[in-house]
Amino acid sequence: MPPTEESIEQLANKEYKWGFVTDIEQETFPKGLSEEVVRKISAKKNEPEWMLEWRLKAYKHWLTLDEPTWAYVKFDPIDYQDMIYYAAPKEAPQLDSLDEVDPKLLETYNKLGISLDEQKRLSGVAVDAVFDSVSVATTFKATLAEKGIIFCSISDAMQEHPELVQKYIGSVVPISDNYFATLNSAVFSDGSFVHIPKGVRCPMELSTYFRINAENTGQFERTLIIAEEGSHVSYLEGCTAPMRDENQLHAAVVELVAHDDAQIKYSTVQNWYPGDENGKGGIYNFVTKRGLCKGKNSKISWTQVETGSAITWKYPSCVLQGDNSVGEFYSVALTNNYQQADTGTKMIHIGKNTKSTIISKGISAGRGQNIYRGQVKILKGAENARNFSQCDSMLIGDRCGAHTFPYIDVQNPSARMEHEATTSKIGEDQIFYCNQRGIDTEDAVSMIVNGFCKAVFKELPMEFAVEAQKLLGISLEGSVG
Amino acid sequence: MIEVTEKTNPYVACFEKSKDSLPGNELPWLASERQKAMDRFAHLGFPTTKHEDWRFTNIKPVASTSFTESQPQEGAFASDPTIGIPLIDTEHARVVLVNGFFRADLSKLENLPDGITVKSLKDALKEDANLLEAHLTKYARYADHAFVALNTALFQDGVFVHVKRGKVIETPLLIFNVTTESAGQIACHPRCLIIAEEASQATVMEAYTGSEGSVYLNNPVTEIYLAQNAVVDHYKLQQESEKAFHIATLQVHQERTSNFANQNIVYGGAIARNDISATLAGEGIVSTVNGLTVGGGTQILDNHTFIDHAMPHCNSYEVYKTVLDEKAKGVFNGRIMVAQDAQKTDAKQTNQNLLLSGEATINTKPQLEIFADDVRCTHGATIGQLDSEAIFYLRTRGINEDAAKSILTYAFAGYVLERIKIETLREHVESVLCDRLPMGDLVRGAL
Repeated sequence: MPPTEESIEQLANKEYKWGFVTDIEQETFPKGLSEEVVRKISAKKNEPEWMLEWRLKAYKHWLTLDEPTWAYVKFDPIDYQDMIYYAAPKEAPQLDSLDEVDPKLLETYNKLGISLDEQKRLSGVAVDAVFDSVSVATTFKATLAEKGIIFCSISDAMQEHPELVQKYIGSVVPISDNYFATLNSAVFSDGSFVHIPKGVRCPMELSTYFRINAENTGQFERTLIIAEEGSHVSYLEGCTAPMRDENQLHAAVVELVAHDDAQIKYSTVQNWYPGDENGKGGIYNFVTKRGLCKGKNSKISWTQVETGSAITWKYPSCVLQGDNSVGEFYSVALTNNYQQADTGTKMIHIGKNTKSTIISKGISAGRGQNIYRGQVKILKGAENARNFSQCDSMLIGDRCGAHTFPYIDVQNPSARMEHEATTSKIGEDQIFYCNQRGIDTEDAVSMIVNGFCKAVFKELPMEFAVEAQKLLGISLEGSVG
Repeated sequence: MIEVTEKTNPYVACFEKSKDSLPGNELPWLASERQKAMDRFAHLGFPTTKHEDWRFTNIKPVASTSFTESQPQEGAFASDPTIGIPLIDTEHARVVLVNGFFRADLSKLENLPDGITVKSLKDALKEDANLLEAHLTKYARYADHAFVALNTALFQDGVFVHVKRGKVIETPLLIFNVTTESAGQIACHPRCLIIAEEASQATVMEAYTGSEGSVYLNNPVTEIYLAQNAVVDHYKLQQESEKAFHIATLQVHQERTSNFANQNIVYGGAIARNDISATLAGEGIVSTVNGLTVGGGTQILDNHTFIDHAMPHCNSYEVYKTVLDEKAKGVFNGRIMVAQDAQKTDAKQTNQNLLLSGEATINTKPQLEIFADDVRCTHGATIGQLDSEAIFYLRTRGINEDAAKSILTYAFAGYVLERIKIETLREHVESVLCDRLPMGDLVRGAL
């Protein structure tokens, strides 16, 4: 059966369906960044004194820094004074149960397909929803608390478990780490906090859903996950934003700490608004994510599916400090239209017998530019370190680009590392084969791309894998001529 | 920037003083190019480890040493027995440069075959000014490379090789760059230009060597132009003094369906850096760049390659092998760029590194930048030690551990050795490699 013209047309014109704006009363700070704003954010959150000091230190350091320019991305300069650093739905304070959440907000999350209503849920996923700058609701809190698991917004954690926050915040990504992480340290407004006690296996997937809604705001969230000895947790993150003509900045920091024998699996499906087909608007996604395998036999695994954002600039990394620790990075990055993605990972091998695996799949279509930039560093003491890296790129169309910049630094001869990269066009013979069997070109491309990304998708939790495949299909539409 | 000025000042002063006496100063295009290059050098200063291209190679010892410009030498250099000049006694035609100056008395050009011209660059600037204007300084870009800028501004002599249209030169031409022990620490900036006209064919070897233990800076720049259908086999042998600094640039410009191959053998120098670039400016080009680096002591050996696929239907092949022992440090940066129009490109790059000691380090960065969609580009990099199972296998056959390691290291380097078509050169490199292996004599015996 030949593909009908109409269906392709429909598919090609399908828009970013999460691009709506929720009309909700917002409390926002005036535009601009100053010490005053930092103090106000801290006061708003009723933070302890040390936290304010920490923020101010970060702010002062940020003033001395220049925006980095080494990434292979192009964008207009960001005016940090023309941005709102705090925006929150007005009805937010002091919620005891979901019933008190503004129905408009619930509606928004339902529209996004994230049910915050515990009664109706079928999948056992605990969700923390972050709307603009603040966390609006966290589900399954009680069930988790029975096991001693803390899963709440970082603002709540600051009130209820200040000792844990103080101990770990900035321990993996210090405030002086890089330009965007320093900015985040000064102005972050909320995020998720997870603490899994010793020996506990988290009974359900934990998830945070990030939503940018307000105009002219930057979203700066901070996530901190601590897995004590022998514990296990799987964490998911999803994000969307409305369609707007101007660019919005998202500069998050994620810190993971895994103690002896602990495992953390962190999955992201990033679908911020990518801008329109002419490259107008979209989110600048400049994120610092790092995990520390602190203890022996610990494991941190990053999985990311990056289909959104006008510019993605992130390198989820693993510091393999404990002996026998394992770091993994699985990534699918797709750029279409004018999207640019400079993404990859860093694997720093410090402990003995540490292992890391990097699988990166980049797909460029339209005028997209897709860059893999990664570093594998094997330090002197890292006896028998092992790394395997594979980064493959696929090009669809003749206006896009795919680039790889792998840095490999080895200081120990017992290390074994392999790096492979390939770049190729989507196979015409494969498409032809599918066409022959009655599969239209659009579906064939989608199938081939899904096959290309299979190694990464199989690492995602089930529900996410389905979502990711759909997302990839939608983002690719209209790219086949 | 004060620091930079202090370090570049002596060179700027030297240029101001000597610019009227530099060869080719009567040619306005060259004089202006030299001036621009010196201005650029003064602006750039010596690179530091903050520069992406020099991140792992700290050339502070070069920047902070005050070198004097080399002067022409008289007499036979052969009296200095510490200079090992391989292949000098072969029957092949040879050019000898001493401290960067062409020495007609030591060169052997009388039996040059018909169709090839070899002369000092100084003479060529007088006799072939028109030809040189079209090629000299046109390929080696100095805008972002301080050392190329320095060479362009200050070169005093070098070699000019011209292979005429349709001529096939079967015997190799050997170019020896010798740096002798001299008063003070000298800096040489020899310049070499090789032009292979349409459908011509030639084999050229450049060898760099110097007096044992002497400290000097050798900053050669070689430009090679291949016209349509030309074939050039190029070899570079770098065995500078163990205290010398060797910062070299090789820039190749290829026209349609030409074929260039380079085998780059590196084992000399305290700090040695090669920038090897090929611009594929026509369709159907084949370009091969291979390298073998053998390091020990505290050597820093750095190879940067850049294949610029500017046009469609070209193939490039690259295999770089590094063997490092003791505290040696190796750097490899292989960049392949495929332009938007360069469809049907096939680019392959392999980088394999062998660390023989606990203190050797390697930094490698294979880099692909691709703007065309119908291409096949692959790169692979591996770092490791010798395969313990392979060693075990040999030991079960009664070969002791050192011998097994020597055999396997030799085999690792084999790919590049096999591609050296000048037999005497291959034998020389094999023997140098054997000297560095713990049981090299055994391997040598088996060859």
